[in-house]
Order: sequence, then C-alpha cells, then structure tokens
Amino acid sequence: MDIHEYQAKEILAEYGVKIAEGGLSYSPQEAVQRAREIGGSVWVVKAQIHSGARGKAGGIKICKTHDEVEAAAEELLGKSLFTHQTGPSGKVCSKVYVESGTDISKELYLSFLIDRAHERILMVGSKEGGMDIEKLAETHPESIKKIYIEPAVGLQDFQARKMAFALGLETSQLNQAVKTIKGCYRAMRDLDANMVEINPLVTTVNGELVALDAKMGFDDNALFRRHKIAELRDKTQVDPREVAAAEHGLSYIGLDGDIGCMINGAGLAMATMDMIQLAGGEPANFLDVGGGASAERTEKAFRLVLADKGVKAMLVNIFAGINRCDWIAEGVVHAVKNIDMKIPLIVRLSGTNVKEGRRIIADSGLPIIIAETLAEAAEKAVQARNQMVAKIEGGHSGNSN
Amino acid sequence: MAILINEATRIIVQGFTGKIGTFHAQDMINYGSNVVGGITPGKGGQKHLGLPVFNTVKEAVQQVGAEATIIFVPPAFAADSIMEAADAGIKYCVAITDGIPTQDMMTVKSFLRRFTKEERMILTGPNCAGTISPGRAMLGIMPGHIYMPGRVGVVGRSGTLGYEAADQMKALGIGISTSVGIGGDPVNGSSHRDILELFEQDSETDLVLMIGEIGGPQEVDAGIFAKESMNKPLIAYIAGLTAPEGRRMGHAGAIISSTGESASEKVAILRDLGVTICPTPSAMGVTVAGMLGRI
Repeated sequence: MDIHEYQAKEILAEYGVKIAEGGLSYSPQEAVQRAREIGGSVWVVKAQIHSGARGKAGGIKICKTHDEVEAAAEELLGKSLFTHQTGPSGKVCSKVYVESGTDISKELYLSFLIDRAHERILMVGSKEGGMDIEKLAETHPESIKKIYIEPAVGLQDFQARKMAFALGLETSQLNQAVKTIKGCYRAMRDLDANMVEINPLVTTVNGELVALDAKMGFDDNALFRRHKIAELRDKTQVDPREVAAAEHGLSYIGLDGDIGCMINGAGLAMATMDMIQLAGGEPANFLDVGGGASAERTEKAFRLVLADKGVKAMLVNIFAGINRCDWIAEGVVHAVKNIDMKIPLIVRLSGTNVKEGRRIIADSGLPIIIAETLAEAAEKAVQARNQMVAKIEGGHSGNSN
Repeated sequence: MAILINEATRIIVQGFTGKIGTFHAQDMINYGSNVVGGITPGKGGQKHLGLPVFNTVKEAVQQVGAEATIIFVPPAFAADSIMEAADAGIKYCVAITDGIPTQDMMTVKSFLRRFTKEERMILTGPNCAGTISPGRAMLGIMPGHIYMPGRVGVVGRSGTLGYEAADQMKALGIGISTSVGIGGDPVNGSSHRDILELFEQDSETDLVLMIGEIGGPQEVDAGIFAKESMNKPLIAYIAGLTAPEGRRMGHAGAIISSTGESASEKVAILRDLGVTICPTPSAMGVTVAGMLGRI
C-alpha cells in the first residue's frame, strides 16, 4: 500500500527526520491560509498523488506570492496528473501540500527497501539526489552506496556513519545524519514498510539535513497489525475496480486489452494471459479468484470483469484442486443467468470433478463455449473476440448507411 | 528416493484441529502420507482424526518421531510456528499459509541461518500448494490424483500452474518424482536453486521442469546454477509476458521492480545460460516429452 508525501513526512518527522514546515489543503483559499501560517517568502505547492516524477508532470510549483500559491492550488486541485508511473488514466489530485521553500545547498538520495536476493533490508544512498535512481544505477553505478542490514541485529551506528560519509556530509552534520538514517530504518521496521525513499534529501545553506520529498510503501500482508497505517489508504489513488475486487477477496488488475479473464491462482492467471497474447489477443484484466470460488464470489468476479465495457469476450480458466469443477460450473451458470451476458463466454475446467463440471455447463443450455485445454481456451477466446468485433463493426457500418 | 518426502516420512500438521488443517490432514492421510499427529497449543493430549494432538512441536518430535511438518496456522502466527518447528529439530517444513508479513519472513530466515547447514530445517513456501512425491506422500493441498509417479522433478512458484504442468505431463504418460511449490511471496523458504540442488543429487530424477514467473532474481539464479553445476537438463517456463511493470500480479512477489525481472528478460537470460525454454504454458508437457526422448 502506498501513502502520500505529506503522510510519509508526518510519520518520518515522528522518527526524528527533519522536514520543512508545511500543511495540507483541499482548496486554493486553504492553500493561501497555509502559506500565511508558514510565513516566509517562498512556498512550494505540491500535488498529493501516489506517484513519483510529479515535478516533470507539473505537479510541483514554486510560488513567491500568496496569489501564486492560490493560482497553483487552483490549477492542481481536481486535475489528473500523468507520469510514467500513473499509466494512461493518470491520478487525480484532490489535495495539495503547501510547504515552506528550502534554501538548497546539495541534493542527496536515501532509501531503504527489502532486498529479495539477500533477504535483508538494503539501504541505498547517493550524492546525486533528485534524479531517477534506476537511471543513475545504470549510468553511474559507482555513485551509489549500498549497505545491507541484518534484520535480527538492526542498523548499527557505524553503518549510518558510513552512509553519511558516502553522501559527502560534513562532520558537523554527522549527528543529524545518523539520527535521520536510523529514524527511517526504525520507521520501516516498526510500521512494516517495504520501502522508504527520500529523494531528494537536501542539505540547506544553513547546513541542515531536510527530507524534501518522502515516499513510503507498506506490506499489505502486515496491515492487519498496523491499523493506523491502514487508515492512511487513499482509495481515490487506486483503480476503483481493484478496490471493489479487494473487498470481495479477489485480486484484479485492469489492463488495456479486450478479453476479460477469470482464473484461479496468480501463476495460472499470468500463464493464461500469456496464452491469449500468443493466440493474437490482448487480456483486459488479471483476475485471480483464489481458492474457494463460491457461487457468490464467481458472480462478483463476473460483474467485475464485465464492468469494463471494452470487454469483447470472456475467458474462465479454472484448475480445480480444493475447488471442484462442478461447484465452479454451477457458479458460472448461475452468474451468466443473473447477469444477462451479451458477449461470448469461453469456459475451460480441469482437475477435480471435471466431467460433472462440463456436464453442468452443457446441460444449462446457455451459449457457453467449452474448451478442454489451455491452448484451446485461448484460441477460442480470441476467435470469439474477433467475431464479436466484426459483428459490432458490421453493426456500426449498417447504422451509418 | 524422490526428494524431501517419501512414504516413510513422519508428518505432523501445525494448525491440526482447525477447519482447514483438518480437511487437508484427512486428504493427506487418504493419499497415503504417513501423518503421525498434529499440533494445536492447548489441545495437547487429545485425539484428532484418530491421531495424537501435541501442545508443542518438540513433544511431537520426541514422542512420535516427527520429521516433517505442514503449517496451516493463520498469517499473524505462522512465522512463530515455522520457527518452533525449526527449533524442535524438524527436518522439512511446508508453509501453506498465504499472507505472512514480509518482515516476519525475514525474521524466519535470520532464525534459520543460526543453524549449521546440516542441522537447518528446509522450508518451502509460504503461500504455496506444498510438495508431493506422487504415489508415495503428499505434504500439501494439491489434488493428488493429477500427479503420475515418474522421474521428472518439478519446481514452481504457483499452485494451479503446477497442476497444469502435472496434468499435461500425465496426459502424455509422463510421471513426476517430486513436485515442489516454493510459493509466490517475495521472501520465501527455499529458492528455485535450492530445490534444483536437491534434484541434481536425486537418483530418481532425470530432468527438472522449473515454472517461474516475473519478479525477483530467483529464476536467473537457478539458471546460473544449472549452467555451472547441473548435469541434468533443466526446462523452464516463465509466466507473465503480458504483465505491466510495477503492478503486483496477485502474488506479492510477482512484480517487476527492476531490470532483468520481466518474463522476456528472464527468458532471454535463461536461454543464454543453456536452459531449454518452454515457449508457452500449454507446451510444458510436450517440451518435457521432447527432452525425455533425447536423453
């Protein structure tokens, strides 16, 4: 789960990381009010969306007057911002963070993440802050310092000092650097974060170390014990279909194609989507219905897939283990009858009680296309999709004539 | 021999008396697995499914000689149960539980590293379907009937995609020595490579099918091992060609977060390492069959 910059900053500030003075606003008037409270003569108005690279997308505005603050907030609020991380639909900005301007001396990079290969926490730092760290890793790998932290032992002071020196900090800044670095690590451990990133971490002309931006990501599996973190979820930043899916224990991801999918198991789902592509089609979604696919859950899954109006055909691929094909088949028949489907449906069942499952579908009298193998299912889905598209296009040209 | 489990392996179930534990314990017993008891703290001394219930894993090791365990404990308590098993001297643990916090798994791995390699419990999972040595023993939740006994080793992250592979192979009359699910989480007990090491040493396995997916370094790591240290052929399929970057595809671990982690990149690297690539998920059976014809 991702959170906003202002939320991450609030958390990190509690752990001793210095941040610039700032406040959240939902309206241009409120933004001006925040600027007044903060005082000074330079403010930064920052769009709060779940994405990096906001600067390039025009989501960060430096203002020198209250009028400029108002105009910046006016422009950003309610607007969708597009970055390489948001995808083509963008992310809507419903609040801005107004922050006191900082006199920057140097921009640095600092992050913590879980390194899968080493099964430890990895601390990454660089003197080259403010940049895309992945690009930097490709072009200037020598400028990146990596320190592994054994979770059972924790981050030691000497490791924090090593990082501080690698960041090129002065001896006079060492205490604050150690405090900042250890604070980030503590926040990560205490709150089950899987990522903390400060980019840039800046030194000011006064020699202070300030987190100018902050990003935190949290382990979804740990939210059951991090209630305060779970409350920070902003549903406006997530595809509403994914939110609806999660509420029913389904895992859904919307994609750009037009063949809807309902599959049990993440691996089989990915493999089925691969087969659709190899057969010449494009999947409209990833949808894992998981283990116990009850009739109710099956219907929810159908509704979710069909809510995407671009879907031209739907493929169900279930390999029943704990599940039974006859239960699934009943769920599918029930769903199709309840929903009044207008697009072709291809069903492939395999595993436990497969014969009964296929018989239930055949006996239902519904126009469901049955496939026996994975390859056949994908081919039939693409075929049905193509016929559907031809039919729609034929219909359109008929209307226009 | 097969790897990890056989008909003699003395198995216990952690989370024995719960609904899920009960269902799958019965299923494993029906399959022929040598289940000797189970653990539910506070219910020690009772009988369940005609077998003894113990309060601690240690008691099960001492009293019924438990060697392997399967974990059905809820996510919040699963890491603790895994460590209890390791501490009690269990040799092999399958963690079925889905949803264990990543930092808990890091703690588990730190805990396991304290043991010498000889004394360290082997862990597979979490978030997996388990392990089966067809015709001998099942330590998992898979439908046992789709697996045919034979001489092909299978290792994979996904449960149902593993079923798909077993089913395709059975349809072609090809059997499996052992099939191991390593699970879909970012930090897991054993890597593909760990399991390949076991298959390489197993006299009853002739070749290995690895079913991988996007995300993480494990498949490439396994490919390097295959090139440098394996005499047996390795076939690989990598799921997730259509997966977009930065999106988690169901499994917590199935997310492309850096270079070399996409399906096409992994396939290219594995091919360069001399691994036979299974081009589509529907060709897992025929690719294995082709390779067997060549041995």
